[in-house]
Amino acid sequence: MSAIRPALVAVCVIVCVVLQLSVFTQLAVAAVVPDIAMVFVIAAALARGPSYAAGLGFCAGLVLDLAPPADHTLGRWALTFVIVGYLAGLVRQDTNRSVVASAACVAASVFIGTSVFALSGIVLGESGVSIARALQVIPLAVLYDVAVALVLLPVARAVLVGRDSAPAQSRVGVGVR
Amino acid sequence: MLMRTPRRDDNRSRTRLVLLVLAAVAVISLDAVLGTSSPAQPVRDAASSVLGPVESVAHKALTPVRAIGDLFTTRADLRRDNDALLEENARLRNQANTAGVDTARLEELEGIADLSTANGFETVQAQVVAIGGAQSFSRAVTIDVGTAQGVRRDMTVLNADGLVGRVVGVSRSNATVLLLVDARSTVGARLSGDSELGFVRGDGDLSGAGRLTLSTVDAAAVPIEGDSVVSWGSRGQVPYVAGVPIGRVESVASSPRDQSRTVTLAPYADFSALDVVGVVVARTKGR
Repeated sequence: MSAIRPALVAVCVIVCVVLQLSVFTQLAVAAVVPDIAMVFVIAAALARGPSYAAGLGFCAGLVLDLAPPADHTLGRWALTFVIVGYLAGLVRQDTNRSVVASAACVAASVFIGTSVFALSGIVLGESGVSIARALQVIPLAVLYDVAVALVLLPVARAVLVGRDSAPAQSRVGVGVR
Repeated sequence: MLMRTPRRDDNRSRTRLVLLVLAAVAVISLDAVLGTSSPAQPVRDAASSVLGPVESVAHKALTPVRAIGDLFTTRADLRRDNDALLEENARLRNQANTAGVDTARLEELEGIADLSTANGFETVQAQVVAIGGAQSFSRAVTIDVGTAQGVRRDMTVLNADGLVGRVVGVSRSNATVLLLVDARSTVGARLSGDSELGFVRGDGDLSGAGRLTLSTVDAAAVPIEGDSVVSWGSRGQVPYVAGVPIGRVESVASSPRDQSRTVTLAPYADFSALDVVGVVVARTKGR
């Protein structure tokens, strides 16, 4: 099982990226598509903690950086997802697992993530990114991602820790609380 | 014991965070500094040839989802229209629903064929299979043709309505197209009315049809609203072939202070609803 899980997670990352770029673009609201890959990283943070999520975020971010039609500087999504995964993982240690708490965590994480990505573009001088545009995009992205997360979080959790997380897999941080 | 373990855990994950952030920053710096000679290019191409076909399959497999999407966008547009257009659209939508998606696609294909033969282009038909969302802050799409179909970098992409963009990246089975509305896009253009030359730039609008701005080479030239603008064409037909319709002059705003003029174009192609496009791979007529 321990060898199957990482492979399964890797497949999930690719499925999330393809869903985001090829399928959910048909359901875009004002061209904003749900950040499925980012929500998956947040799900990993909530299920497995900051360290795991930061590592997964780096890999998932690189896939999203490389998947066509991306033509921005390589590594921008990777940086974003590392930060998002780590921060969401920290929040997870302080909150219980209620739906409302998870949704709030997703909203905050997506806000930070989209902002970090936009800022990295501004710092690198990539045209097309501006603070005004970012402010148009971010609220919609947060709303859409929270809606998607309500469905995606339980599914991702099942993939990341197993359908019912055994006591052996619950982390020390949970024991402290 | 219970206190110490999480702290050591925290320290380890913090170290990991720092390492991963540094790794990401290193990747960004390498790619940003080296530009086109970046070692990321082969990796990008490889990833594109793996993920591109997956995107094509996903796009084809989930056509029913697309039909739902069409319904939503149509509705959003209708609110902005008057009652007459509302009825007209509802009727057309019913027709489209009953006739199926394929009819619309066939019409699009015929339109591209007409435009191509009229201008003497040889085109390869392609389907848009992936789109970068607004969160990526760019307007680029992936199409399902690549070097295997003769597509190269900097080739012109058009649809039945007009110019769409140019190929900026290509792998064996798919290509990335930078749309005209992207902030990085610039096209040499000619006003059809008086053959005045100029440059058309995208406004970088992330949603909707977008608008283009035209700056004329001759500052004294006054474009007239409603004038049609076509591509000027470059030497060797790359990146843009000549004579493809780009858009219509929508408004001309002049500022008396610096004697400059902002000419806004409404593009003919609808960038929010791209489906079937054509890539110009050759010219059949000499020019």
